[in-house]
Amino acid sequence: MSTTEYQIEREIVIDAPIEVVWRTITEPDQISLWFADKVDLEIAPGATGYMGFGHQGGPVLVETVEPPTRFSFRWNHPAGERPAAGNSLLVEFTLVGEGERTRLRVAERGLEPLPWPDADKHRYAEEHNEGWGKFLDRLVGLVGDDK
Amino acid sequence: MTTEPDDNLWAAIADPSRRRVLDLLVQRGEASASRLAGQVPFTRQAVSKHLLVLEQAGLIGHRKEGREVLYRIDADRLDQATRALADVARQWDRRLGTIKRLAEAAHAEATRATRKRRT
Repeated sequence: MSTTEYQIEREIVIDAPIEVVWRTITEPDQISLWFADKVDLEIAPGATGYMGFGHQGGPVLVETVEPPTRFSFRWNHPAGERPAAGNSLLVEFTLVGEGERTRLRVAERGLEPLPWPDADKHRYAEEHNEGWGKFLDRLVGLVGDDK
Repeated sequence: MTTEPDDNLWAAIADPSRRRVLDLLVQRGEASASRLAGQVPFTRQAVSKHLLVLEQAGLIGHRKEGREVLYRIDADRLDQATRALADVARQWDRRLGTIKRLAEAAHAEATRATRKRRT
């Protein structure tokens, strides 16, 4: 079913040890410097918080906190809904220490499984393994090389 | 929250069922809601709802032929949507760039502090 996933993946190498990068991406006062203007968030799995962007904002759900290598949260754009699998996008940070440097990867994806019986999913996947996949390939081509 | 085009776009593609409908339209070119409903394991009403959201997001358009309403991908607007997604990727590049500056500054600061203590 991977042909139907939406995904953006970016990566950067930082001249700082992994613990420093971890603090930068997980401490609320730091998050407010690179992401949202307003961050009201507890960094614990399952914690819900709020991130504000100017006059907009919405709830955020922390999913994974594995210091200092993995941090993920869900956020969503539809107003008035709580983020959960099925209505939101998952932002996942992965940190890899390389001596004094850190490789930081971010993936933003919608990877919600469909609430369909497996047989239907398989049938659908077999019948439609091109359309959206091709569309996504086009997107990936556009977003993948614009550094 | 205001409904800007990008918000609509995200809402439209964050839903797997809607991606299915969009997928089918990319593949078929043009189709009615009933025809699409025959291809997916959800009801015609659900398909109509998805088509409405996709249209509000600017990904598809429709025309009337007799009593039928036919939906199709709007190539121009799909290109706009594609560019919107490219913008999102650039946004993440900017954010990563900021994280890099912050972390490197914090590290440099800590290193200076350690050296000072040693001397």
